[in-house]
Amino acid sequence: MRLGRRVALTLLVLASAASATRAEEAGQPLRPVTIVGDAIPASLTGAAGDPARGRALVLDRTRGLCLLCHAGPFPEERFQGNLAPDLSGVGARLSEGQLRLRLVDGRRVNPQTIMPAYYSLAARTRVARAWQGRPILEAGEIEDVVTFLASLRGPARDQRTGP
Amino acid sequence: MIRTATAALAALLLAPGPAAFPGEIAPADKRSGFAEMGPALQAMQRDDTAHPGMLWVQDGADLWARAPSADAPACGGCHGEARASMRGVAARYPAWDARSGRPIDLEDRINQCRRTHQQAEPFARESADLLGLTAFVALQSRGMPLAPPDDSRLAPARQEGRALFEARMGQLGLSCAICHDDHWGRHLGAAVIPQGHPTGYPLYRLEWQGLGSLQRRLRNCMSGMRAEPYPFGAPEYVALELYLAERAAPLPLETPALRP
Repeated sequence: MRLGRRVALTLLVLASAASATRAEEAGQPLRPVTIVGDAIPASLTGAAGDPARGRALVLDRTRGLCLLCHAGPFPEERFQGNLAPDLSGVGARLSEGQLRLRLVDGRRVNPQTIMPAYYSLAARTRVARAWQGRPILEAGEIEDVVTFLASLRGPARDQRTGP
Repeated sequence: MIRTATAALAALLLAPGPAAFPGEIAPADKRSGFAEMGPALQAMQRDDTAHPGMLWVQDGADLWARAPSADAPACGGCHGEARASMRGVAARYPAWDARSGRPIDLEDRINQCRRTHQQAEPFARESADLLGLTAFVALQSRGMPLAPPDDSRLAPARQEGRALFEARMGQLGLSCAICHDDHWGRHLGAAVIPQGHPTGYPLYRLEWQGLGSLQRRLRNCMSGMRAEPYPFGAPEYVALELYLAERAAPLPLETPALRP
């Protein structure tokens, strides 16, 4: 009897967790963005990002994923990728708005880009169940990364795009 | 006009690095992932007594010789010495299967043989038995160039495989071709991107601590792109395997290869 009650309770908890997940997937539409030229001038959240959180995201190889393809001014980080331009000095080369568009959907700048679209659900195929309906980064995280990248204004350590 | 063409040709010839131009890999640049490994791993693959994958091959050799039941023949009962009868077979797979009217890979073939000639249950995909027996059969073609059959019935699936190879998918919107055609030799984090030739399957990956099939590897890549992998045995994999074999030929077969 006691066991039965516990099972029922567990099922109830599981069921409500499942419906919460469904709501999250179904709802939460992405915030609208306004592209002007090759930039998104306005913050996605209406607020400035946090550069320290942005730095942590850029270095996190399971969330920001940046260093898998890009190198950057992070001498403590081993094994940085070289599929894409070095991030050193990127804040001097691109405005915040330009950085924002390249993060949100780089295909708007270059349809052939290999850069994933971090805040777009358009033209997706066969997305794994766990990621369906979700952008790679949330709006606030995009702003954190934009603010951090805009602060990288020092001279490039290495401007080459490859080896 | 001619001058422009000459200039374009000169630019092509003078282009730096192997990965400067997106697209197919030039025949002269084609190479196995073996070439990207350090000397220690290369030595481990070359030395059968140090190669952990050879344990699976040994089990496969035992299976080859053992009858699945009292009134059914062993593989060797019909095919005889694998060294002779299986030589070159793995280099030709996937191949057309007239019975089912579709292309099948070597694992499929082995399982079909079990069903029709040994009245035995097919081995589960990715089971140690199927991997071992497949590796043992493929070992008999080691060193031989991949020789995909020139069979027009395979063309539609091979085309589909190519389309899948070039299709962007998953949350990250990547494709096989983006990495393995356009950026091989470069670094994705710590990993050097190989050209992605299936010359050594089933192979032993240190990351897996075991032997695994090409389909398992393809599923790993799909998960990396945050795409929903096809189930084991799906026709999409056989289509990809067909295209990959054609793309890799005439590199030599290495089964069982060893990779990090």
